[in-house]
Amino acid sequence: MGFGAAFRKEWLEQRRTFRLLIVAVVLLLFGLMSPLLARYTTEIIRLAAPQGEEIIKLIPPPTSGDAVDQYLKNITQFGVLLALLMTMGTMSLEKDRGTAALMLAKPLSRTAFVLGKFASLALTFTLSLLLAGAAGYYYTWILFGAPDLPGWLGLNLLTLVFLLVYVALTLLCSTLTKSQVLAGGMSFGLWIVLGLLGALPRVGDYLPRQLTDWAAKLGKGTGMVSTGDLSLLVDGRSGAFWPALAVSLGLIIASLLAACLIFNRQEL
Amino acid sequence: MDAIRAEGLRKRFGRVTALDGLSLTVESGSIFGFLGPNGAGKTTAIRILTGLAGADGGRAWLNGIEVAKGNGRTARLLGYLPQEPAFYPWMTAVEMMDHVARTFGLDSAERRRSGEELLTLCGLKEAARRRVGGFSGGMKQRLGIAQALVNRPAILLLDEPVSSLDPFGRKELLDLIDDLRGRCTVFMSTHILADVERICDTVGIIDRGRLIVQAPKKDLLETYAVPVFAIEADRGQEDALRSWTESLSRSPWLDSTVFPDKRTVRILVNDPAAAKRELLASAVRAGLVVTRFETVKPTLEDVFLKLVARAGD
Repeated sequence: MGFGAAFRKEWLEQRRTFRLLIVAVVLLLFGLMSPLLARYTTEIIRLAAPQGEEIIKLIPPPTSGDAVDQYLKNITQFGVLLALLMTMGTMSLEKDRGTAALMLAKPLSRTAFVLGKFASLALTFTLSLLLAGAAGYYYTWILFGAPDLPGWLGLNLLTLVFLLVYVALTLLCSTLTKSQVLAGGMSFGLWIVLGLLGALPRVGDYLPRQLTDWAAKLGKGTGMVSTGDLSLLVDGRSGAFWPALAVSLGLIIASLLAACLIFNRQEL
Repeated sequence: MDAIRAEGLRKRFGRVTALDGLSLTVESGSIFGFLGPNGAGKTTAIRILTGLAGADGGRAWLNGIEVAKGNGRTARLLGYLPQEPAFYPWMTAVEMMDHVARTFGLDSAERRRSGEELLTLCGLKEAARRRVGGFSGGMKQRLGIAQALVNRPAILLLDEPVSSLDPFGRKELLDLIDDLRGRCTVFMSTHILADVERICDTVGIIDRGRLIVQAPKKDLLETYAVPVFAIEADRGQEDALRSWTESLSRSPWLDSTVFPDKRTVRILVNDPAAAKRELLASAVRAGLVVTRFETVKPTLEDVFLKLVARAGD
């Protein structure tokens, strides 16, 4: 009830409070810079340390794979930070300031209120990743030759899912408290915990961090049967990445469900 | 049918009892003044009626529909102004009105019409396209009223609607509420007795989470008001006035005393004839220099203070 009204307000807020602009500009910059950094790292070292020729000789010549790694590392790290920062106050501030109470005394359901927020944030990150992806693809093409387009799209799709996991988890944290600082702290803690667990052998195979490994493979065009068909997303290791995708999507859905259930029980 | 009916509402916050079996009925089309001192449970009762909070016990109905947390059916009947209305600071007043109207599913023509009409009615026409973040407290209060009227509510719940307004804004808003008489039921919580006295036709007094009394304002004044003597002392006689008033506490005809200011005392009595005989003589014996001594008509404030004091005993 009222999802359209809730989403419309949230999307207007994304634009009016410059959240969309900030996320888009930051991700776009990393989309542009990552291939450049990969290509010109040796030149940068040479300029910064003229005596470092010996070190430079140890660095292998840059490839498009380095551009993919650089892109993925930057976009996921800063993307998660942006996800935390843009989401941590979204529920807690509305509860604290009293805007939630004003609006939810009207025929606007609490579920629509929560989902409208997630949908608008998802749209913000989707559009921003589209921009960053296009910029990264273009510069990689110019500097290293055209990357595999379906692979590049797959990379960005998995990156989006990875970032949305943190948007959903932070939204849940923001629902739990009236303090955006506490919500941010809880989300940051979850990021660290998931990162540490993701580095563990076996356990890590099932966690969102695994999506970035899969994304890197897709971006580099490895592990694919062919380009341009659905088998693109099948990894060389007999689909070992699928459980991580399932867990990530499950985390998003579970976080949103929990946020809706908890918010429905809260008093405003 | 009653517009609002509550039966035995109970609500606790930890060890604090906010509502202790509150029961009341509000007649359709009336302006109901919900009076009580700070912390009496007025806001909690309103939050339960809006569905924003749940009661620990008891039930409530709006136009015969039972109130439940998140019940869209009762939400459609309501207009609600919280005690400190909060808005999205990045929105303009027009956008805020439009957003609220969308939650009620109004079409675009209706949204535009009601937005313009209500902002004009609430004196915000000039500020309609300004961001709410720059509004003063009074302007926010007026926007709060405007948004509460978007759906032409059958029941308007106002929580301390004039508390942050200057006297001019207060008069305007009270006039506006007065104009709604008969068109919708207004349930207005306040601790400003003069406002209730001015516009409400029915009064409910709540203290410590319980309804002490509910009656038409006129009946309340007739039933509960006892004769009042107003005595004003000369300058510099403030302490003498207070100690003399304290000395009256043993008088059998005394009901209660109220100090509207340091130099004036309003003495409520239960035997006017005895009081008339003894009061002035007692003041003279005490050496009090009196500049005014008169019998006055009891006000709602006298009744309120008397009832709340009695409930506290």
